[in-house]
Amino acid sequence: MELFTAHIWSPYAAGAIIGLLNCVAIVVSDKFIGCSTAFSRSSGMLETFARGAAAAERPYYKKFTPEIDWEWMLVAGIAAGAFLSALLSGGLQAVWVPGLWAETFGHSAPLRVAAAFAGGVLVAFGARWAGGCTSGHGISGTMQLAASSWVAVLCFFAGGIATAMLLY
Amino acid sequence: MTLHTNKRAQRIIGFVIGIGFGFALHKGGVTDFDVIVNQLLFRDFTVVKIMLSAMITGMAGVYLLRHFSLAKLHPKPGSLGSTAAGGLVFGAGFALLGYCPGTVVAAAAHGRLDALCGGVPGMLAGAALFAAWYPRLAAAVLNRGSFGERTLPEIFNVCPWRIIIIIEVAVLALFYWLEHAGL
Repeated sequence: MELFTAHIWSPYAAGAIIGLLNCVAIVVSDKFIGCSTAFSRSSGMLETFARGAAAAERPYYKKFTPEIDWEWMLVAGIAAGAFLSALLSGGLQAVWVPGLWAETFGHSAPLRVAAAFAGGVLVAFGARWAGGCTSGHGISGTMQLAASSWVAVLCFFAGGIATAMLLY
Repeated sequence: MTLHTNKRAQRIIGFVIGIGFGFALHKGGVTDFDVIVNQLLFRDFTVVKIMLSAMITGMAGVYLLRHFSLAKLHPKPGSLGSTAAGGLVFGAGFALLGYCPGTVVAAAAHGRLDALCGGVPGMLAGAALFAAWYPRLAAAVLNRGSFGERTLPEIFNVCPWRIIIIIEVAVLALFYWLEHAGL
């Protein structure tokens, strides 16, 4: 039980578990773990809800049908798993402004939420542009030795390091 | 109907695997803004340790499973105009948001309100924006400098295991160095 209530695991153990989960996923689902297409399917469902069936006519939503699929449920599971882990280790805590952000930009919640929104726009736009995110390319793609994924992960970190150095 | 084509069963399996993934992400500490941004500033190496240990575990597993015909590879296609350009945009957002698409959901679920009220709606807006601009981007840049769905062993024309062993040894050496340096 202590394993489940621990605040933190060795990052190597956490990583190895994620690698093994990916092995289970390809055998039972013929899928690799990824997260960003779930956001495209969700935006498609929201657009269809807001402006009707015409939204689904966008070529991108023909490619990624706005529906609840394996990966969408995986992302829902991530929320449930992180909630459960935090609950068991007493880590459920409402925080508006992360510590490191506050050191540089102060304690304003609206400013932090606005920055997170802008960052979120770039992350989703960039992930769909690149065809994957830190899990789909960064973990699942690199483990398959896919050339595209090695290029992607280098660019993720190049862009991330440069921006972080400028910001903080 | 096989297990792979049973959509209902697959949704349940996806959810269960997601619970394990979210649990491991939180226990690994990477659902925290400070941990992620400190990685980009080279002050904390938790993100790199988790990603690389997931990669080397999965790499050996996936290629072994493929060897026994239990799994198929699905390498994503890529090009300079899509993978590299989009990757840099992703990186800029990654530093500003302080989470990635998986960890933003995990962080939101355990009370990080910047992730819940800023990050997740921002990502939905970004995904909608991409869907709207996709035809223009596809025509203009997405296929520039394409390198297809190829894997490194295919490009270098060598046995995959040779590359896998080199990568596994290099990553383990990096881990040893990180621990030795107290990072």
